[in-house]
Amino acid sequence: MASLLGRFCRKLVVPGSAHGSRMVSTTACDSEAVKSLNLYSAINQALHIALETDPRSYVFGEDVGFGGVFRCTTGLAERFGKNRVFNTPLCEQGIVGFGIGLAAMGNRAVVEIQFADYIYPAFDQIVNEAAKFRYRSGNQFNCGGINLVFNLPSKSLLLIRLLFIGLTIRAPYGAVGHGGHYHSQSPEAFFCHVPGIKVVIPRSPREAKGLLLSSIRDPNPVVFFEPKWLYRQAVEEVPEHDYMIPLSQAEVIREGNDITLVGWGAQLTVMEQACLDAEKEGISCELIDLKTLLPWDKETVEASVKKTGRLLISHEAPVTGGFGAEISATILERCFLKLEAPVSRVCGLDTPFPLILDAIKSTVNY
Amino acid sequence: MALSRLSLRSNRFLQPSTTTAALPSSLRRHVSTDTTPITIETAVPFESHLCDAPSRSVETSSSEILSFFRDMARMRRMEIAADSLYKSKLIRGFCHLYDGQEALAVGMEAAITRKDAIITSYRDHCTFLGRGGELVDAFSELMGRKRGCSNGKGGSMHFYKKDACFYGGHGIVGAQIPLGCGLAFAQKYSKEEFVTFTLYGDGAANQGQLFEALNIAALWDLPAILVCENNHYGMGTATWRSAKSPAYFKRGDYVPGLKVDGMDALAVKQACKFAKEHALKNGPIVLEMDTYRYHGHSMSDPGSTYRTRDEVSGVRQVRDPIERVRKLLLSHDIATEKELKDMEKEVRKEVDDAVAQAKESPVPEPSELFTNMYVKDCGVESFGADRKELKVTLA
Repeated sequence: MASLLGRFCRKLVVPGSAHGSRMVSTTACDSEAVKSLNLYSAINQALHIALETDPRSYVFGEDVGFGGVFRCTTGLAERFGKNRVFNTPLCEQGIVGFGIGLAAMGNRAVVEIQFADYIYPAFDQIVNEAAKFRYRSGNQFNCGGINLVFNLPSKSLLLIRLLFIGLTIRAPYGAVGHGGHYHSQSPEAFFCHVPGIKVVIPRSPREAKGLLLSSIRDPNPVVFFEPKWLYRQAVEEVPEHDYMIPLSQAEVIREGNDITLVGWGAQLTVMEQACLDAEKEGISCELIDLKTLLPWDKETVEASVKKTGRLLISHEAPVTGGFGAEISATILERCFLKLEAPVSRVCGLDTPFPLILDAIKSTVNY
Repeated sequence: MALSRLSLRSNRFLQPSTTTAALPSSLRRHVSTDTTPITIETAVPFESHLCDAPSRSVETSSSEILSFFRDMARMRRMEIAADSLYKSKLIRGFCHLYDGQEALAVGMEAAITRKDAIITSYRDHCTFLGRGGELVDAFSELMGRKRGCSNGKGGSMHFYKKDACFYGGHGIVGAQIPLGCGLAFAQKYSKEEFVTFTLYGDGAANQGQLFEALNIAALWDLPAILVCENNHYGMGTATWRSAKSPAYFKRGDYVPGLKVDGMDALAVKQACKFAKEHALKNGPIVLEMDTYRYHGHSMSDPGSTYRTRDEVSGVRQVRDPIERVRKLLLSHDIATEKELKDMEKEVRKEVDDAVAQAKESPVPEPSELFTNMYVKDCGVESFGADRKELKVTLA
């Protein structure tokens, strides 16, 4: 898959091959231009590139025309026209359903759900339609697949292209402090329970651009959650060219020996701080960004835990039934004899996201 | 480019607001507490779908019209106070203001009892007040204090008042519609001749759940009145851009509908009275209230990127609900200018006092984080961040 993808983008980040320590380098080459961008600008760039490189890709959702409530879609309608970037009425179920239909006819539908908290009307479409389309039709239909496209640009030239098409659903998720019950939820666990779709969560602007381009070009339906807390807060040097970061590959962003920490999205910012604090007490932490939650990179986490002997998972979503439970169970199966302590989960409280007016720390204790 | 198109269309918001001519000066002045009936003609006729529109002559009284004025002035003051509290960061999170739409809340209350149920969306502050909610409870809830109507746990979008059958305050667009029809279902069983008013907006009118609820309500003849508060913008999207058919009162298809001038409290009263009678006899009916909000969608929306300031000020000049009632009061000699100004001053003081009182209320205890998840003594354990340090048995 990686080699196939390699043919279609100018720069593919190649995973390291050192045994036991899978490192994915996302640093740009010195010759490549970079720009300091925040998260929503990086996502915006990725969408521009996606629409530019494939004429049969579309971006739609509520209010995307003027740029979206978080400015992720700024400039797209002006540049690519209202036929490719357009607003929909207020109906999530309809939006995703339409996206599935478009994708099934060989297009790239990049659909936006305004807040992950509103994704539930579309849950049926995602779980029952998008995830199972290929399976139940015996591979006749899909809303994410590989199409063989024959082009005849001229009489003597036949162009055969492999087009990776599919449905990508983008939604801002996560706490932002004052969001309350319906603008702060982290629903990734619900989707990780659905075979047939992929769930991707970036941690920073550079990651977001690469992962979003991979998700859009992945031949499977992908749910892409963007940490809304970081839309403006996170600023990073982002390469300006077209690049993709492979899905289902976790990254060790900080090496250590005493304990493995696993997280994703905005929570990693919190965990990086925790690593620094722990270092002052002489504890060396290895921090892993999972990036893709479904299907997740078990090998990287396993290799790390076999080295350190301890695992701590942290996520914003409530602890009971959160995705940390899956990671914990799997690692236990694979590393039982190497574990020095039970797997620990430091996650959100088992309550609805409350109406709090303070910063995030009061909800997510660590 | 978009705005020029907007200004062409904004003219439809400006409808003439003429009331009947003033009574001859030979008649004595109506006393403000007088309850003898007066009949007023609504300025705009009703438009109906699959039913006969009610008469344009509304029966009211001086005391009722005066109470409209006072209640709407209070609501308007509350929303403006909420605006400045938000800007001074005492209210945080989300705050969706209702100013401009007050006529709907007061008109509806005048037509029904406190045993009829009302359920609405997140733009619920004035509806709460209309149901008899106290100003201090409203401000406390907005600021997230214990004294709030939802104990400080709901916030701006989740006001409730059980003893007045106000089922709140819902954040998810359109989710309250099937819920409201469910309330009507229960009312039908109780046989007590009460109805449910389910309010939703023009944005929510495109949600699938509305049509599911309409079908069931019509199939089972439920006493449900679905009220579309058409303020012409779903957040920033104008109705002509999101709806194939912006005639929301007709979208019930097989369900009768009525289009009402939502800025005229008396027209709203007439329509709600008519709708209640209809619902008890014949089942569901859709009311479309043609109204307008002066503020943006929420406090984070300036409200000027998708509509011109001229449009907003135009509506304010020609169709403002409070001004219309003021003109009515003056032309019918029910009150003098000075009396009305004094009333507004009193209301302003009421609101300021309530804000001061609300500010004194403390924030809920941290233990409240875990209360009211399940029924008391359910015994379920809730875990804190790491499953070891914080363990609470849910109340």
